Amino acid sequence: MSAETAASRNAGAPRQGKGWALLGSELSVLFRRLRTWAMLTALAAVPILIAVAVKLSSRPTTPGRGPLFLDRITQNGLFVAVTALVVCVPLFLPLTVGVVAGDTIAGEANLGTLRYLLLAPAGRIRLLLVKYAGAVAFCCAATATVTASGALAGVVLFPVGPVTLLSGDTISVGESAWRSLLIAAYITVSLLGLSAIGLLISTFTDVPVGAMAATIVFSVVSQVLDNLPQLEWLHPWLFSHHWLGFADLLRQPVSWTSFGDNAILQAGYIAVCGALAYAKFSNKDVLS
Amino acid sequence: MKEPVRSDPAIETHGLVKRFGHRSAVDGIDLAVPRGTVFGFLGPNGSGKTTTIRVLLGLASANSGDISVLGKAMPQALASVLPDVGALVEGPGFYPFLSGTGNLMRLDAADRHAPSSTRRHRVDDALERVGLSHAAGKKVRAYSLGMKQRLGLANALLRPRELLVLDEPTNGLDPQGTREVRSLVRSLAAGGTTVFVSSHLLAEVEQMCTHVGVMSAGRLVAQGPLDELRAAGQAHVLVHTPDVERAAHVLSRLGLVPGDAPGTGSPWGTTAVLGTGLDGLEPEAIVAALVADGVRVRGFTVENASLEERFVSLTGEGFDVVG
Repeated sequence: MSAETAASRNAGAPRQGKGWALLGSELSVLFRRLRTWAMLTALAAVPILIAVAVKLSSRPTTPGRGPLFLDRITQNGLFVAVTALVVCVPLFLPLTVGVVAGDTIAGEANLGTLRYLLLAPAGRIRLLLVKYAGAVAFCCAATATVTASGALAGVVLFPVGPVTLLSGDTISVGESAWRSLLIAAYITVSLLGLSAIGLLISTFTDVPVGAMAATIVFSVVSQVLDNLPQLEWLHPWLFSHHWLGFADLLRQPVSWTSFGDNAILQAGYIAVCGALAYAKFSNKDVLS
Repeated sequence: MKEPVRSDPAIETHGLVKRFGHRSAVDGIDLAVPRGTVFGFLGPNGSGKTTTIRVLLGLASANSGDISVLGKAMPQALASVLPDVGALVEGPGFYPFLSGTGNLMRLDAADRHAPSSTRRHRVDDALERVGLSHAAGKKVRAYSLGMKQRLGLANALLRPRELLVLDEPTNGLDPQGTREVRSLVRSLAAGGTTVFVSSHLLAEVEQMCTHVGVMSAGRLVAQGPLDELRAAGQAHVLVHTPDVERAAHVLSRLGLVPGDAPGTGSPWGTTAVLGTGLDGLEPEAIVAALVADGVRVRGFTVENASLEERFVSLTGEGFDVVG
């Protein structure tokens, strides 16, 4: 046995992983979970429901009523994806992101795997970074799912043609696909701050459901506060302040101001919540 | 082993204290686990064994005291020490939606020092060693407690280790599994691995370990080679005689403490006298004194203290849970 031990030790010595294996493992665990697929399926259903409802409804949609861009769907199927994103931003997307981000550390603690990851040793900072990267990957997957499902539903059920922008210009189908991806990217960025909040909350508890609920509550509270005119001074600091501000991406030429403002705000939340999560997690007694 | 045997302890602590609020779960313990030993960490439930292990492995931080594991100061050297340590702490913890293999692959990937090229092979090996190969592809959700415990052991064996820390490794195992764990620990120890096993089961420690440390209410009340601890217990004599009172009188004159012997089914229908406190007295001198006083000695036995008596006398509360 000792000879075998020595041999495998020698075999292992020259090749050391760069540490990316944990990220790969995290992504594979995340996307092999039934729960992840259930949430992505629910998100994919939103644009399909919208498209089918609009298709089946005999009444023409009145402009200005219902979600943004809803009235344009019948003229151009490419608007299904954008409309679906508008519908998903306030609740559905934060809900799913809250589940994934709130589960990051608390979920591992709850299963008892946190101590074994740390004993591996994964390293506390590395684990925190990998967990956040996993949540970011889910944000990308979630918006991509809505966009892709919306595009598909739109192409199947409605005529597709050149798109008239908010600025009055008309762009080609290819160009409009590119704009849809830009909006998806904008919304992904919008969710990064919320993910960081979820990660932070997750380091405080061993009960994943609590962390998920708290994260979702944060997103609701932020949006409520953003609608109170009395708190106008606070609005630029709320992480949900720019969530629906992607109309600029539907002008010609593209105005990047809101994209930049949003990115800076989200980066601020990532920095602050990341630092607090690190401070909490690096000193935490793992007793679960 | 290719490395020379090192004299520094595998685990050493000085004045280790861990408090939760005002309660000291670990109250200033000086632990010394020599290399190459199988060290039994014995104590009733709630005596601070698992907390000590958590602190040793950097899962929780100590309030005061020094720790060194494999010759390096902890928790500073955590990242370089832990790859050489295999651990099972407070039961297994796994992803129920992954298979046994999937779980081990995941935990192995968490160790950046673990070579990915041999990962699959090492996982299969570890599963084989704990007898789980047949259930490797099954989801852990469907595992029994004993199978999870085995998987936890497999995780500790993913790489060649210098030190194994096993917290209650036979929990949930059937007698067959318990025997397998014992023989696994022995074979690992024979290969030069230091094994630190915590348990509240005395018999288990007695069968597996060369050294033992006894915890009671957060304190380490004894530690050393098992034989020394056993020898330190009080021996006693058992006298079978019809002249009970006279025998008790003689024993107390010799400085022994007479008492009723438990379970005195003497073959001659006589009562037995138990005398404890046999310090430096020759057994034959006791017999001679008894006979000289006219005690009819029909049986005479010198009995060494069992480890259980020693354990109970050290921990005071026997096997009860400390509140």
